[in-house]
Amino acid sequence: MAVPDREREPAPTGDGTRSRRAPRQRAEGPLLQVENLSVDFPTEDGIVHAVRGVSYTLTERGVLGIVGESGSGKSVASMAVMGLLPKSARISGRVLLEGQDVLRMSAPAQRSIRGRRVAMIFQDPMTALNPVYSIGDQLAEAVRSHEAVPKRVALSRAAEMLDLVGIPRPKERLNSYPHEFSGGMRQRVMIAMAIINDPDVIIADEPTTALDVTVQAQILETLVEVKNAVNAAIVLITHDLGVVAGLADHVLVMYAGRAVELGSTREVFTAPRMPYTAGLLGSIPNLDTQGGRLRPIPGAPPSLINLPPGCPFSPRCPLAIDECQRTEPDLYETDLRMHTAACIRWDTMADLPDPRTIFRPTAVVP
Amino acid sequence: MSTTRPPSSPVPAAPVTPADAGPVAAAADRPGTQVEREFTIRAMSSRELITRRFLRHRGALGGMIVFLTTIVLAFSSIGVAGIPGWWGLDYASPATVVEGGRMSLDVMPSFLDGDGLAIGRHPFGQDDIGRDYFALTMRGTQISLMICLLVGLLATLIGVLIGAAAGFYRGKTEAVLMRITDVLITIPLLVIAAVLGANAAGSGPVVLAAMIGLLYWTTLARLVRGEFLSLREKEFVEAARAMGASSGRIIVRHILPNALGTIIVSATLTVAAAIILETSLSFLGLGVQAPDTSLGLLISSYEGAFQTRPWLFYWPALFIVAIALSVNFIGDGLRDAFDPKQTRVRA
Repeated sequence: MAVPDREREPAPTGDGTRSRRAPRQRAEGPLLQVENLSVDFPTEDGIVHAVRGVSYTLTERGVLGIVGESGSGKSVASMAVMGLLPKSARISGRVLLEGQDVLRMSAPAQRSIRGRRVAMIFQDPMTALNPVYSIGDQLAEAVRSHEAVPKRVALSRAAEMLDLVGIPRPKERLNSYPHEFSGGMRQRVMIAMAIINDPDVIIADEPTTALDVTVQAQILETLVEVKNAVNAAIVLITHDLGVVAGLADHVLVMYAGRAVELGSTREVFTAPRMPYTAGLLGSIPNLDTQGGRLRPIPGAPPSLINLPPGCPFSPRCPLAIDECQRTEPDLYETDLRMHTAACIRWDTMADLPDPRTIFRPTAVVP
Repeated sequence: MSTTRPPSSPVPAAPVTPADAGPVAAAADRPGTQVEREFTIRAMSSRELITRRFLRHRGALGGMIVFLTTIVLAFSSIGVAGIPGWWGLDYASPATVVEGGRMSLDVMPSFLDGDGLAIGRHPFGQDDIGRDYFALTMRGTQISLMICLLVGLLATLIGVLIGAAAGFYRGKTEAVLMRITDVLITIPLLVIAAVLGANAAGSGPVVLAAMIGLLYWTTLARLVRGEFLSLREKEFVEAARAMGASSGRIIVRHILPNALGTIIVSATLTVAAAIILETSLSFLGLGVQAPDTSLGLLISSYEGAFQTRPWLFYWPALFIVAIALSVNFIGDGLRDAFDPKQTRVRA
């Protein structure tokens, strides 16, 4: 029970015995649709354009990976979806949850969505659990924030969830405090807390970053099991491409607050159409190649206060041409189906035998 | 001790009877109980845990005993609100001063040049007009206890409310509340209390306590605000918000319990300080008014007699120290008991 069994990973979905609620009668169309989302933060140095016109669509039970380096706006974009940004943030665009715009809802309506229909798993399970409450109390609290149920009922649901995320002897562990749990166990508790209200969307903000590598794999497996058990869709924010490859069916790559590439995981990984994605993929150390140096993308991301005109990646891009500095490219349709890239030279990328090698010093750049 | 041992405890060398065959057999008999449960430790509920930690804290336990004894003694001896106590004399009626008002309590046994254990008619002696000093001290203890607990309660309540609102909401709320606090802090408390006390003189100890309480929350408010400022940025607060908890729920259920340690310690210090403040006010003649009395008033009335009749001084002083100290120890124990990370077993 403690270690999830890989073989029974595709748990029953539609009529899963564990989901307490029959799937909702859903409106037609995508589950979550983010349209042209922008987030600005006024600071003393000027306005930080943290997110600039990001759009994506999350289908029911889909897993969307959002990838990008620190400061690319991936976390801010999802915080905006949750309505968790500080008051100073200026948000524009639309976030449609089953057709309803979350950003234009009243505060109480937003609150009723948080945790109940859109749940969040935080990065650091060491600090995201309240140290003075037992695990059971915290899980029960998550239930009772939304439903007026007796504590006994909430606690039994909590035990059920702990069992689901693979914590042994869940009933007894309800009385344990967070500090009595290891990092991986706490992240399981966080997952249990996210799914306890049977949400439609789970936003996982770097759920494995604070854990060590062996535990990461277990947590990701748990995430998949749990997703299947409660029929939820996942937005997986990470900078770990390995995590995305294993879990997501679509990938959104972000750079300097914008979506620069969007497509199915397989295509983005094998045939990137944006040099930045190619650089990310090329920088992953490979166990098969002996020796050699890591291949980072040279340079640093631009300041989000004073963005240069043109493509924000052009200063670091080996494929950059003069035209790249003139206007910032939109997401172009590429040769691949449902695969868009914000690069005017995507066709050059498509012609390369292995686009992932363009950052190597020996690469012959067209 | 051996006579009170519960029958189920394993007694070495005792013959094992079938009825007493040990937990394994007993567990196996019960349907649905797994035998392996013998090796698991039953998790304690948090209330059990808190009680246990508190009782293990010797200082706290001692403080609790002293505090409760003081309360029982003060209220049962001379009675309260018309209900008579077991001590025959009352604190207000003068009588003839016998033996120069010396205390008749004697704990020195006769072989150590004493009169043997004796309580006598006036164990704590008599004051200038012959009132029984034991009854007076008990009445003073009653009033002082009432005042300090009321002040502690009121000041803590206001301090937590203002500190929590300022620390959590920040912005204008914080600015307004903290400026009010600053203004109150800059004016010496004793001066305000004295002015108010002079106006309200004679309205009784409850009014006095309410007034002190209304002024005494500033330290606590600043402490609580500081705690809230740091706690509101914690990730678990963000997690609670992501869970859909409202601001009120976050304040009360997620942040406040984390600030409880600070609040409890500060509240007990407030209680102890309130006794001192009441003493100072009564000393200045602005606190409790005669014929009623308080511990502070008793001390100030007979400060001149310190050289000649010290018992008039040190009995009330003893009770002040006992109350203040025991409350502080209780607070210390409570703070430790409420901290779930506390695993250290107190010696």
